Amino acid sequence: MITLANIHKTFKVAKREKGTAAALKSLFHREYRRVHALDGVSFHVDEGEIVGYIGPNGAGKSTSIKVMSGILVPDSGTCGIMGYTPWKQRREYVRHIGVVFGQRTQLWWDVPVSDSFDLLRDIYKVPQSEYRRNLDLLTETIGLQDFINTPLRQLSLGQRMRAEIAASLLHSPKVLFLDEPTIGLDAPSKLAVRRFIKDINAETKLTVILTTHDMNDIDALTDRVVLIGKGKILYDGAFSEIKNRSDHSALEEVIAELYREYEL
Amino acid sequence: MITYTSIFRMRFIAGLQYRAAAWAGIATQFAFGFMHLMIFQAFYRSSGTAPPMEWPQLVAYEWLQQAFLALIMLWWQDGDLLSGITDGNAAYELCRPYDLYTFWCMRLAAVRLSSAALKFSPVLIVSLFLPRAYRMTLPPNFAAFGLFLIAMTLSLTLVIALSMLVYILTFVTLSSMGSRLLVGVSADFMMGAIIPIPLMPVWAQRIVYCFPFRYVQDLPFRLYSGHISGADALAQIGVQIAWVAALILFGRWAFGRVMRRVVIQGG
Repeated sequence: MITLANIHKTFKVAKREKGTAAALKSLFHREYRRVHALDGVSFHVDEGEIVGYIGPNGAGKSTSIKVMSGILVPDSGTCGIMGYTPWKQRREYVRHIGVVFGQRTQLWWDVPVSDSFDLLRDIYKVPQSEYRRNLDLLTETIGLQDFINTPLRQLSLGQRMRAEIAASLLHSPKVLFLDEPTIGLDAPSKLAVRRFIKDINAETKLTVILTTHDMNDIDALTDRVVLIGKGKILYDGAFSEIKNRSDHSALEEVIAELYREYEL
Repeated sequence: MITYTSIFRMRFIAGLQYRAAAWAGIATQFAFGFMHLMIFQAFYRSSGTAPPMEWPQLVAYEWLQQAFLALIMLWWQDGDLLSGITDGNAAYELCRPYDLYTFWCMRLAAVRLSSAALKFSPVLIVSLFLPRAYRMTLPPNFAAFGLFLIAMTLSLTLVIALSMLVYILTFVTLSSMGSRLLVGVSADFMMGAIIPIPLMPVWAQRIVYCFPFRYVQDLPFRLYSGHISGADALAQIGVQIAWVAALILFGRWAFGRVMRRVVIQGG
């Protein structure tokens, strides 16, 4: 379903010392530092799997998601998802995927959620019957009926995130990328989002890759984790194994220990 | 196609909500219209030579400028789009199955047309009943009106093609200030929004005739009053079409280039 092989992506970051003199100097001569956001990333995901993609801030999680969703073009390496290369066959490819960036919004700020949904229906050219069916399923599983006619600006973060995830599923994608879908949510909203992802996965064989810093998300959803640090894949396997080999019982401690172990 | 008509409809309807802004805008437009006309009137009275534009032509030019301001002002750009580029929200737009250039063009067209739709008729209707000196006149014949409509449609396309350059530049510079100021200020002067081009010295006219900006405002408004007519009018509409085509081709090429090396800001 998804195969990444030896993906590299470097960003050029301008280097500047602090202070006025350095600022003046940088007007004439700029030094750049190369940041290896992805340094030979490879992994494979099967259809219907849920994979937790974890790692500290700045490890390359979001960059990987953006490469897989066709937004960024990597410097080298191959990526095959459902037979497509995301950045080469972008327009045909993205019809089959859904993406949620937890820190951003894909819905329109000043119109009711249902209007944004209708626009997405037209963008993905979803047949009316399929759209109705998806919308009914989503309404039922995630409780959209309470706020579907409210403008986005008046929703709470929890409601908004539910609407965001629903929005990315209207066109029946086969793969769903979730970049921090539970960031900033309260406990009931987190539980609702997790239950929802599990239900949809069970019902439609949807393949899900999600990044998160909340290990309870992983614990609730899947046993397969991929750990990335400094642009490299460090661990790919069972979450239960990570838990078993740690002396700690609290998930936060387990992960902190894991990061220490890999010097992240 | 439904994708593009859908974004157009949605932004158009959303734009029509801003009625209070429209009323305030209409008041501003009259204030500026009268101020400009009074200044020009003082020049016309004190000048000994025959003016390059008849007074009624100048009056029509001014009221058209005020009525269609939302369609032609290049210093106004879509703030949501610009902030999306600088803060990374544009990430979502890059993973949609549409042609992003066309999609943004439709979005920009909808916002401008909805804003103009609210304002243009009140300004034009009231200006037809003003005291004689400031009264808006009708075009001299149907041909002039037809040419005006054609040039005005092309003008909107031209404005959007020029605006897209601002967004493309923002992907590179990550601040919209520079590109907005550059396009906005040069365009305002060179399209004849500050001084109508026929009133400029001949050497300045030669310069502004080399740029696309005059085809935004100068050409359609002078076609309306018959200041440009006949074969000359058709030839100039030809040049306008050439500019539209060239800017769209260039914009698409440049857009494709920045998309390939785009960096999404903010993680």
